[in-house]
Amino acid sequence: MNARTIPIQPAGGGKSQAFEYLTTRKDELVGWARKFSIFPYPFVTACCAMEFMAVSSTPYDTDRFGAALPRFSPRQSDLLMVVGTISHKQAPILVKVWEQMCEPKWAMAFGACATSGGFYQNYAAVPGIDRLVPVDVYIPGCPPRPEMVIDGIMRLQDKIANSRHLIVNKDF
Amino acid sequence: MTNSGAEVFDRVRTRLAAKEEEESLAGTARSSTTVSHGILVVDLAPAAVEPAVRALRDEFGFDVFLDVTAVDWPGREPRFDVVWHFYSTQHKVRVRLKARVPASNPAVASLTGLYGSAAFMERECHDMYGIVFTGNADLRPILLYEGFVGHPLRKDYPKEREQPLVPLRDGNPGR
Repeated sequence: MNARTIPIQPAGGGKSQAFEYLTTRKDELVGWARKFSIFPYPFVTACCAMEFMAVSSTPYDTDRFGAALPRFSPRQSDLLMVVGTISHKQAPILVKVWEQMCEPKWAMAFGACATSGGFYQNYAAVPGIDRLVPVDVYIPGCPPRPEMVIDGIMRLQDKIANSRHLIVNKDF
Repeated sequence: MTNSGAEVFDRVRTRLAAKEEEESLAGTARSSTTVSHGILVVDLAPAAVEPAVRALRDEFGFDVFLDVTAVDWPGREPRFDVVWHFYSTQHKVRVRLKARVPASNPAVASLTGLYGSAAFMERECHDMYGIVFTGNADLRPILLYEGFVGHPLRKDYPKEREQPLVPLRDGNPGR
């Protein structure tokens, strides 16, 4: 899945079989930790919810990727999963949820409606949640197959593992 | 349709015709009745709707207010059909009332005095078509939001016109 793996080297010139210390790069270590602890905030509005339930529970089980424990407070979550159509009336709520999430945070557009508005082009539907929040991974389909969702999560994991992870940033 | 349904429809027809006579609405009324897909369809003048509904409810047991909506016929005068559906739990039949209103004054009487459930449905119809229900004290937006301009189910509302509540970002490419 990821070409960059954490090199683990035994210390002490082979005198002991125990790993007494490991060397790696900070970004790889933090990325490795973060990619397996994606706590999602399910912003579930429409029929894609059925597919979301199917993929998050057995037998597909997104917990295998560390992404199954839904946090119903945006302050505790890392991944905003937008599952379903977003209307203009709901848009302020979605933006508020996104702004309440702490960095680092990611957003997923789950299904055709969240990706592009789907088959809606009218007064009510937002034509894709990327008009409201920055999106990291798009999952097409109406609804997506569970395999597509898992593929999306794995691509997001790759993206997390290969990003820079600043310990101190301009805000902190 | 069952026999009892046909029989109820005949009685409703007769009664509504008599009602027009006694309320002296016959002159202004464009009244016709047909049966379509097992539903009695009554086409009336806007002023005749409220007395007709009262008769349906009180004398024929049409105790369920199913829906009120409208149809936009661009280019026709009067432009809108307002359409009501009622159901009788006693006779197990439905009736549809239609009245034509002009775009210049799209007003009909509210039925909130007869059916409490009419209040929300009239609000929705007011949202979508701009029909004014005289006597409904609360015609605030119910599915739309404050500040929305126009009536989206009218045929002259452009399908791509959006009225966002928050500033939209430029398309994507994410981050």
